[in-house]
Amino acid sequence: MSEKEPTMTQTPTASSNTAITDFGIDTTTMSTSEAVRDYLSRLRAGQLGSLPALTGLVALVVLFAALSDVFLSLNNLANLLAQGAGQTMIAMGIVFVLLVGEIDLSAGTASGVAGAVLAMHYAENGNLMGGMGSTVFIMFIAALALAAALAAYLRIWAGTAISLLGIVLTVSGMAANPWIEMLLALCVGTAIGCITGFLVSKIGMPSFVVTLALFLAWQGVLLQFIGEGGVIGISSSEVLNKVANGNLSILASWILYVVAAGGFAALSLGRHFRRLKRGLVTQPTTIVLFKVGGLAVIGAAATALLTINRAPNPNIEISGVPYVVPIVLALLVIGTYVLNRTRYGRHIYAVGGNREAARRAGINVTKIRASVFVVCSSVAALGAIVYSSKVGSVDPQAGGLNTLLFAVGAAVIGGASLFGGKGRVSDAVIGGTVLAVVANGLGLLRQPAAVVSIVTGLVLLLAATVDALSRRRAASAAR
Amino acid sequence: MTEPILDITGLNKSFGPVHVLHDVDFAVRAGEVTALVGDNGAGKSTLVKCVAGIYGTDSGRVRFRGEEVHIRGPKDAADLGIEVVYQDLALADNLDIVQNMFLGRERGSAWLLDEANMEQAARETLASLSVRTVKSVRTPVSALSGGQRQTVAIAKSVLWDSKVVLLDEPTAALGVAQTRQVLDLVRRLAEQGLGVVLISHNMADVFEVADRIAVLYLGRMAAEVHTKDVTHGQVVELITAGRSGDIGLARPENAVL
Ligand SMILES: Nc1ncnc2c1ncn2[C@@H]1O[C@H](COP(=O)(O)OP(=O)(O)OP(=O)(O)O)[C@@H](O)[C@H]1O
Ligand SMILES: [Mg+2]
Repeated sequence: MSEKEPTMTQTPTASSNTAITDFGIDTTTMSTSEAVRDYLSRLRAGQLGSLPALTGLVALVVLFAALSDVFLSLNNLANLLAQGAGQTMIAMGIVFVLLVGEIDLSAGTASGVAGAVLAMHYAENGNLMGGMGSTVFIMFIAALALAAALAAYLRIWAGTAISLLGIVLTVSGMAANPWIEMLLALCVGTAIGCITGFLVSKIGMPSFVVTLALFLAWQGVLLQFIGEGGVIGISSSEVLNKVANGNLSILASWILYVVAAGGFAALSLGRHFRRLKRGLVTQPTTIVLFKVGGLAVIGAAATALLTINRAPNPNIEISGVPYVVPIVLALLVIGTYVLNRTRYGRHIYAVGGNREAARRAGINVTKIRASVFVVCSSVAALGAIVYSSKVGSVDPQAGGLNTLLFAVGAAVIGGASLFGGKGRVSDAVIGGTVLAVVANGLGLLRQPAAVVSIVTGLVLLLAATVDALSRRRAASAAR
Repeated sequence: MTEPILDITGLNKSFGPVHVLHDVDFAVRAGEVTALVGDNGAGKSTLVKCVAGIYGTDSGRVRFRGEEVHIRGPKDAADLGIEVVYQDLALADNLDIVQNMFLGRERGSAWLLDEANMEQAARETLASLSVRTVKSVRTPVSALSGGQRQTVAIAKSVLWDSKVVLLDEPTAALGVAQTRQVLDLVRRLAEQGLGVVLISHNMADVFEVADRIAVLYLGRMAAEVHTKDVTHGQVVELITAGRSGDIGLARPENAVL
């Protein structure tokens, strides 16, 4: 005791001064070279972010450009965006589920059910009872009501409201209207998510089992709605067709560019300088300017290219940014905002990082875990609108086969972790683009489906390996 | 003698067939440091978690500032002004220091968090606790050392305008200088009028900062004594045998059942 005395009197002052200088480091910004060095050391420590996926994307683009002269043609690039959009959107929803460390295997077939209801409402001119038959119709309404009740029980009021809206739209039997149909698809997706969320988080079954069962069940429901060997066309509706096949006018394309690039610049720079002024942790100004400038240039180049006439046939004109670009962008912005800026998003990460810590912090873990399934199925339904529009019809295979696996793959390739706590909505976009490039490029090279599947599998395996190895590095760097 | 700010009477807690806490009475007084000691497995952490609302209790009454309260969850405890530093820290590895410190009580609106405000408050609190060698408050907790994590957990508990702070072995992973800081902090909190509970296996620390010592022996409260009335030896005896001279459990050998 007495030997400690000198340390007692001296250490506190000495160390509190050190502490203030230690924390002084981050109040002043790092220099650019320091930031670059810091980034490199984080890479070495295994925090790779989306770097592997971006590198892979560039490599694939270079590879396919070398092997096929059509690949880099404007028409093909625009087509590629539309082909990959639906699956990318489903992946964006799945990121929410992955973040809390769960999985949703049913998102694909659930989106198929939403697409089927959309198509049936259109084809039957709003008479869903006629399309389904009265028994199935009553069960459909009952399922929506059940979903609304479960959501209310979980206090996910948005889920209740949207499920109830689904009942209203169904029962009112309004005539075919593309906007009503899309809204209805969303309602169905949300309702499905409420049921999944309840089963996983309130009943406490493993999400793998619940969603595997629901994957099969929704496939059956889809088959029941469409009928064996049936197909419901929707391409005769102008709006429904244009979602994935239409383009913005040239003027609108540039307006989109100005809004998107300008908005991004204003937000990042505004935030950066505000933080700088208050002495908070910031990146070096050069790097922020570089990011904003880089995106502005890439965006301008892409917009310029997409506003050139790209029709393969000289008699028609196709130009403008495809509608799927603003659709995916909007989802990306909303998803990123929700995850990074809202309390809800913060709690999602917390539940994924340490469920017990989240519970002790007073977070309603049950509600958060249920809600991510609602988000996932709702976004998957939006994805269904896009992919149904792309093919112009809904059949019993919609959202089945590989849709879900590709979507999960996209999220993981982009850098989201299956172990929870790590991932961003942009990961899904990057990963979705990688998979779209693989599918498109191999298709152009006239490779059979067998090769496409094998290559996609290998890409996914590679991504999972990178994830696992970087986790190991991060774990060993932390201690 | 001051009225206890937190007064627990007749608390029982079992995990299935295992009866962990037996009719425990425990009082925390404002402006005092109460050390809670006991052997490994005596039930110290369980008692703290019951108070924090992490575990439900089988029976028992909790009074806070003289009024009976029902703590049904961590939120209830936090609303009363009870803060806890858990033995296992309870930090989310994927979140950074600021995000962890404000977890569940983020500043700003639900739809737009006030990051700047949180970051400044976190930095000030950490600076006052002398966290060394942390480069940035935006460092993810996964990149911190054990001691740094412990300091973050402690900083998290003093960030709030709380009435009672329970620290479950807060100095277990700390070096000499940091332990000093935490012990000073414990005293400072008590001087500010908070009720402080310190769980520790280090008798020197306990005797240095505690006003009272409560000894748990196999889930029973063996004694609650003034620090100045007992010696090291007596406390050690209470911890290991449940009885020392005429203080302690009447028949500690029966406690084993
Ligand atoms: N979740 C649980 N389920 C079952 N038994 C438990 C649980 N938590 C604690 N116990 C048991 O309760 C008893 C008291 O544990 P507790 O963690 O409270 O001890 P402690 O006094 O904090 O010990 P230490 O000094 O090692 O931290 C132990 O016998 C332990 O095995
Ligand atoms: Mg303990």
